[in-house]
Amino acid sequence: MRTINALDIEKKLTDIITRACTILPRDVKDAIAKAQKQETSSRCKFAMDVLLENADIAENESVPICQDTGMAVFFVELGQDVHIEGSLTNAINNAVFKAYSNGLRNSVLDPLSRENTKGNTPAIIHYNIVDGEGLKIEFLPKGFGAENMTKLYMLLPSVGKKGVVEAVVDAAKSAGACPCPPYVVGVGIGGTPEKAIEMAKHGLLREIGSINQDKELNELEGEIKARINELGIGASGFGGNITALAVHIEKYPTHIAGLPVAINFGCNAMRKEEVVF
Amino acid sequence: MTKEIKLPLTQKDIESLNCGDAVYLTGSIITGRDKAVKKLKEIIDSGEKLPVDINGETIFYVGPTFKDGKITSAGPTTSKRMDGIVEPLLNNGLKGIIGKGNVSKDVQDALKNNKAIYFAAIGGAGALSAKCIKKVDLICFGEYGTEAVYRFELEKLPVIVAFDLKGNNIYK
Repeated sequence: MRTINALDIEKKLTDIITRACTILPRDVKDAIAKAQKQETSSRCKFAMDVLLENADIAENESVPICQDTGMAVFFVELGQDVHIEGSLTNAINNAVFKAYSNGLRNSVLDPLSRENTKGNTPAIIHYNIVDGEGLKIEFLPKGFGAENMTKLYMLLPSVGKKGVVEAVVDAAKSAGACPCPPYVVGVGIGGTPEKAIEMAKHGLLREIGSINQDKELNELEGEIKARINELGIGASGFGGNITALAVHIEKYPTHIAGLPVAINFGCNAMRKEEVVF
Repeated sequence: MTKEIKLPLTQKDIESLNCGDAVYLTGSIITGRDKAVKKLKEIIDSGEKLPVDINGETIFYVGPTFKDGKITSAGPTTSKRMDGIVEPLLNNGLKGIIGKGNVSKDVQDALKNNKAIYFAAIGGAGALSAKCIKKVDLICFGEYGTEAVYRFELEKLPVIVAFDLKGNNIYK
């Protein structure tokens, strides 16, 4: 049994939240720089030049990359042999409150009264209990330009892989410029509806350029990325040949009667951080 | 080549702009998004006097981040959420919109009929946009926080003309 103090978690998370909102991850920046070179449309090149300069300004001046610093989403992988001294959930929410009370936008409110909760709490926390004594926390601030474009399709199993590709392309087409391209596309295939959406979101965290270890999914990712880029949406939706920086698919067994497919977009400010205790 | 346009917009400037033009905007604008635009529409509908003179103005759909009273990040938000509520503002003298993404046919018609222009700023480029804001004053709806109506003095905000007077639409 290993003991981890909740205060240590809170402190560390407060740092990584601010860091995530101000420093664009290296793989995302590299992917935009590569897309800028490959792009043929001058308007989209202009947009990506602005994005790259923006990332430098944000990092050098420690200011938010984007004013929509999102809702705070966490994936927690907790070893069952870990004892948390204090409350883990409170530690996460306290970290969100502290970080977001210090220069990040408080966008979270009651869904009906629209009254702000202050401090951007509560966070969205996905807990996963695993074997061992480890604790890994992944964080991504999700802006709602991209979140509003999330799609869930409960496909007929008979449509197969082809139907999956069409569903993702359809989601990208109807989203247009709203999820702030060039973006990362997270796709969850299988499970139940909520499992599919959770996988789509978790897929966003994978490093851009990394190879999906599942050969079939790896091929599917390539095919979908090519199809989305053929839509001609381009950076900022200005009409160009690079819309998707990457497509990341996760899958899970599903029911004989179903084929859920979920799509979640990670905008050009695809912010993410990870901490291991 | 990137054009430079001084704000407030003149009719001549608006007429000279073409869909797809890269433009740097310098000068005075007002801000507003979901809550404020809805409120302004309601005031117009009720026939009362607006707390801000929108005649000839350009509105920036933005909800900035602040630190120690200073704006640190201020990129555009999705324009289509203001579809259905921004038309009365256009019919009452608003001459320009800065946002991101496509707008409805009704908003396109209102832009055309009122000889107004729609600029797309670069979604995600909040830090760079904030550096283009040289002065900030609260005009009204301070209780809305980030969604209040502010006056910004801009210096060279990079945008693209998304919808011009000829009806050309970058998102077609």
